[in-house]
This record gives sequence, C-alpha cells and structure tokens, in this order.
Amino acid sequence: MAVDIRSERETGAVPRAAPWRDPRVRSIVYQIVTLVLFLLFVAFIVNNTITNLERQGIASGFRFLGVTAGFDIGFSLIEYSAVSTYGRAFWVGLLNTLLVSALGVVLATVLGLVIGLARLSSNWLVARLSTVYIEIIRNIPLLLQLLFWYFAVLSALPHPRDSIAVLDTFFLNNRGLSIPRAEFGEGAAAVPGAILIAAIGIVALVRWARRRHETTGQPFPTVLVSLGLLIGLPLLAFLAGGAPVAFEYPEMGRFRLQGGLTLVPEFVALLLGLSIYTAAFIAEIVRAGILAVSHGQVEAAYALGLKRGQMLRLVVIPQALRVIIPPLTSQYLNLTKNSSLAVAIGYPDLVSIVAGTTLNQTGQAVEAIALTMAVYLTLSLLISIFMNWYNRHMALVER
Amino acid sequence: MADVHAETRTPRTTGEHFPEEPLAPPTERIGPLRWLKENLFNSPFNAALTLVCLWLLWQIIPPIVEWAILDATWEGNSREACAAAEGACWTFIKVRFHQFLYGFYPLDQRWRVNLAFAILVVGAIPLFMARFRHKVALGAALLFVYPIVAFYLFHGGAFGLPVVRTALWGGLFLTLVIAGVGIVASLPIGVFLALGRRSEMPVVRMLCIGFIELVRAVPLITVLFMASVMLPLFLPPGVNFDKLLRALVGVALFSSAYMAEVVRGGLQAIPKGQYEAAQALGLGYWKMMGLIVLPQALKIVIPGIVNTFIGLFKDTTLVLIIGLFDLLGIVQAALTDAAWLGFALEGYVFAAFGFWIFCFGMSRYSMRLERRLGAGQRR
Repeated sequence: MAVDIRSERETGAVPRAAPWRDPRVRSIVYQIVTLVLFLLFVAFIVNNTITNLERQGIASGFRFLGVTAGFDIGFSLIEYSAVSTYGRAFWVGLLNTLLVSALGVVLATVLGLVIGLARLSSNWLVARLSTVYIEIIRNIPLLLQLLFWYFAVLSALPHPRDSIAVLDTFFLNNRGLSIPRAEFGEGAAAVPGAILIAAIGIVALVRWARRRHETTGQPFPTVLVSLGLLIGLPLLAFLAGGAPVAFEYPEMGRFRLQGGLTLVPEFVALLLGLSIYTAAFIAEIVRAGILAVSHGQVEAAYALGLKRGQMLRLVVIPQALRVIIPPLTSQYLNLTKNSSLAVAIGYPDLVSIVAGTTLNQTGQAVEAIALTMAVYLTLSLLISIFMNWYNRHMALVER
Repeated sequence: MADVHAETRTPRTTGEHFPEEPLAPPTERIGPLRWLKENLFNSPFNAALTLVCLWLLWQIIPPIVEWAILDATWEGNSREACAAAEGACWTFIKVRFHQFLYGFYPLDQRWRVNLAFAILVVGAIPLFMARFRHKVALGAALLFVYPIVAFYLFHGGAFGLPVVRTALWGGLFLTLVIAGVGIVASLPIGVFLALGRRSEMPVVRMLCIGFIELVRAVPLITVLFMASVMLPLFLPPGVNFDKLLRALVGVALFSSAYMAEVVRGGLQAIPKGQYEAAQALGLGYWKMMGLIVLPQALKIVIPGIVNTFIGLFKDTTLVLIIGLFDLLGIVQAALTDAAWLGFALEGYVFAAFGFWIFCFGMSRYSMRLERRLGAGQRR
C-alpha cells in the first residue's frame, strides 16, 4: 500500500482502476445497454403494430383526414356538416375543447377566488359553508359530477314548452340554455381596433406612471385610468358607429324556443361540472397563498401608513400570487385535460370526435390516438411556457 | 412576585405594604349572544352576508332533508313501492345494493371477495398500532404476497376454486381492485422513474423525463383508450390481453408518472450532505438510495403520496368509458334498466357517497400523518 503511494507520487501517474470498477466506464456501458434495450423495445412494438395492421388490412398515414367524415356533430363553432372531412371534424373538436376549457378556466378562477376568500372570512358561517363546499366537491370524482349534472339535473329540467325563464331573456330547459344572440352591424368593426389602441395606451401609461413614481414619488391611479381606457375607448367607438348591435331574443314558439343562441345541455353540464370541481381546488390554492404571506407584512404595511387597499394591492397580493401561480397553472392544465371527460356525456370535444368516432369509423387507432395526444401535449406545453414566463415576471427579484 | 408588583405599581412612603384586591377572573364562557356578535355580525357587511347564507341554507337544506329522509321510500322490492312517494326511492339502491358492491360476481362465490378484503383489513390493522414491531415485514408481505393470494381468490383457477372471468367483476369491488393495483404498481415504478429523472446518465434521464412529461401532459382517458385499443396492436399477433388487465396497465402507468413527480420532490428536499455522507461511507448508488436517501425522502412526501392515491381512486371511475363496470359504471348501467328508469338522482347520490367516504377518509388520514410527521420536523 505504502509503496504504491510513493510510486504514485514519484511518477505522477494515477493508478487506473480496472475498467469494470471505473464509474465513468460503467455509466457509459449502462447507458448503451439502456438505449439498446429501449430501441429493441420500440422496434418490437413497431414491428408488431405493422404486422397487426397488415393482417387486419388497416391503412396507415394521415390521408384519412381528407376523406368525408359522414357523421354529424351536434355542437360546432365552425361550419360543419356530414359531408365535411375528418380534418374539418378534428378542428371542430379542437375548437370545442378550447372553448369549454377557456370558459371553464375563467369561471373556475372567479368561483375559486370567491370561495377561497370566503374560507378565510371572519364570518363563521361563511367560512364553514365554503369548507363544506370544498370537502364535498374535492372528494367526489369529476366524472360522477358530470354525469350527475347531465343525467340527473339537466335531463330532469322541464320540456322547452315549460322552460324556466329568467327575465324573459334566459330560458333553461332540457334542451339546453337559451340566451340572447348579439348581432353586430358594420360599425362594430371599429371596436376591436379601439380595444387594441386601448391596450397599447395602457402599456405606455403603466411605463410612464412607473417612471414618474420612481423619479418623483408621485403615485398615479394606474388601475382606474387603465380600466377607464379599456372600457371607455371601445364604448366610444361603439357609440360613434351608431351602436350597431341587435339582440335576438329567444322566444317561445308553439312547441319550442325560437331564435337566440342555444347552448346544448352537454356543454352546460360540462362547463358547470368542470368549473365547480376545479374551483374547489383553486379555493384551497388561494387560501394557502394568502396564508403564506406573514402577518408582519400586513402590520409593516400599516405602519408605513398604507391604506387597506394599498396594503392589499402593493404588499399582500403580489406576495400571495407568487405562491399561488405555480399550482394554479397545474389546475388550469388539469381542467383542460379533464375536459376530455366530455366523451362520457356526449359533448363533441377533441377526444370524442378523434379518439372516439373517427377511430371507430376508420380503425386507424395509432393515428387517431397520436393526433389527440399531440394536441394535448402542445396545449400543455403552451400553457406551461406562458405560465413560466408569467411566473418569472412575478418572481421575487433578490438582490 | 406579588410584592415586587405591588411596590412598583404603588410606591408608598410609609413603607407599609398593602396587597391589592385581586381582580375578578374574566368570564370564561363567552355567551352565545356575544359569540354571534363576534363571529357572525361583527360588521354590517358580515351581517348581510350571514343573512344571505342563512336564507340560502333555508332554501337548500329543508328540501334535501325532505327528499332524502322524510318523504323517502325504503320499503318494497319493486318500482311500484316508489310510485306514490314524493322523495327519494332508496328501494332502488336496496334492491341493487349487492350488485353495486360485487358487480356480476356469481352469488355463491362472493365469499371469496369478502374473505380477501377481510384478510387485507385484519392484516393492515397492526400497521396502525404503535407497539407492533414487525411493520416492515408485514408491509412487505401485504405488498408482495397479498396480491398473489387476492388474485387467486378473486380469479380462481387454483385450489379448487372455479374461475370467475374478469368481465363479471364489478361495483365497489372492481373500483378497489383497480385502485389497489394502481397504488401497489405505481409506487415502485414511480420511485424508479424519479431516480431515473435525477440520474447523472443522460440517456436514462432523457427517457424518464420523456415518459413522465408525455404521460402527465395527456388526459387519462387517452391513456386508457391507448391501452384498450393500441395495446393489442403492440403485441405479437395472437397474444390477447384481458380488458381489465389493459385498463390496469393504463392506470398504473398513468399514476406512476404522477408518483414520480411527488417522489422527486422528496429527493430534492434531501440535503446534499446526506448524499455525500453516504458516498463518503463507501456506499454504492443503490445502497445510498435504499438506506439513506429514499427512507428520508419518502417520509417527507407521504402526504403527497396519499394525495396521489386519492386522485388515482377518483380516476378509476374513468374505466367506465372503456366499458368496465366499476362502482360508477354499475350505477350508470343500473340507471338504464327499463324497470327502474328515472332514479338517476338516487343512484348518483349513492355512488357519490361511496366515493366520498373513501376519499375523505384518505385525506383526513393524510392530514393526520402530515401533522404527526411535521411535529418531528418542527422540533
């Protein structure tokens, strides 16, 4: 042993371990073995799939997207009929998924925020009620809730003739929810432009206000002015165009409602179920986020002479948001993924159109499932990229 | 103490000491009126809120109680018993109760299911007793030996038990089987995936990250579709899988990706010093992980693991979409029975209650564990 060390010092050479004891060599060997096994596994699966597809005489490739689909879809945002192609059907499904997810995210956030704040309320009854809501909703499977809303609640509503009417404008029956349809005239085209101008104006205003605040210490009511811009400009443009909007109200015909915009019960049930379920999780996230801001921060803010509104806006909410946003992101992702349960109640979303009907009609399982998965993968990536960007924007800048 | 207090409070020139009269103790009990004022009516806004809530409760609770209890029907064995009733028809649940528990499992074989669950419950009790010493051995037996026993009891085909095809399995029994298999399979797979994700070998790491992120990005329903439609395509011609087994593979793979992320959180929370100390002691990778890191990491993330189990338990309902009859599936099927149409509400309330009990129980258990484990962390 001693001799070894001396000789090492004299010659300067490190004695090499046997190759099978060298961690680096072993790591490379392990990785090669893993890679080879993985590739063999993939080759095995691909080979089997090709053989099976040939035996069953199923075509492969995405040519089927150009073929006439031949089935009807009950709810579509774009023109679609039975003579449209599978590719068109795919877009219908994708848009339906996006529509219900986007609306669900908004509703769930609002509801979750209210319930999360209610759980922190000093009012005992309000706090208890929101706890009960959260504990009941969180612990019942979403699919069960969707089936409940669809089959037990919406199907049990009266026939269109005896619709439940609210203010003679909204009609609820077992065929869905009828709401007035807004029809915009020509002058309304200026409104989106006005919104764009308002948005640019707000960005400039915020920058200017921040610079002035930093140099002179003068605060500027940014939020109020921004809101005013955002609402006022489009309103002005709208009025200048002669208020070119007409509402088409649903009206009671002899047997059914006529006119207006009818939201099918599948859509209403899915939206209700998703929002109510996700809101329970968001409420817990909001509560945890607000509790995470230490009380000393509030006291320090008051000690500095901030008003209650300023304290919330400048001290509590920015710190709470930092805790809230990452789990909130994953709830939004969950909601989007959960919208695929639409297939159980017959809302024509992406999964039920592509992985359901299209798969059954064409038999091209690999392509249909891959297409569906690719869409969800892209959606997840987009949402998480956006949220990571926002999170970085909000993150604590430590000196 | 009292002397010092008296002196500082009332310095007297005479030097004579007069103890002060003790104050009356504060009233211990806050009267109900005071409580109401403090908790429900402490501001005009809160008072209004309280009134709105009370009105809401008045609107909601009495009809529910009337429907579910006062006007409900429990008697009889047929639909006619419920014809006159205004409220819930629990007769429907009563008649179907055994089917909701066991699915279409043959009547004379149901003792096998009962026996298997009895073994599980009796076997698991010592795990919750603080004084029981051989918890690891018992846990390992439950994890590795019990599934084999349970499989032969459920499926049969050996020891003189007739075979019961999995197509006949259903109800709460099937829900528990799927959740149980998911839990038992996802934990080890998840641990290996988490280790792989933190591995220093790029190839292993990339494969694990790819798998985890792919699975977590897609909905369970697409994984189940894939398992039920594509798995037969992936296998050599002639090899055919049971439908239940395909669903189990899907559920297990899906939840193991989530489990991997939970375990990774625990691995990241272990200070680097622990890894270095283990290496300094000359432990190899597996010994370091198995003896030093994983026991600590898993302990930290037990609440997260239980939460994943709750999610998994709720997700088992999705198998109804690929045509299996779990608790929700069998209720859904019973609702379409022509002899019992129109009792959707009763069926869903019953199923919801069943799922709620399990999930709520698990979440309470996880909270208790969190508090107990947290107590050790807080010191």
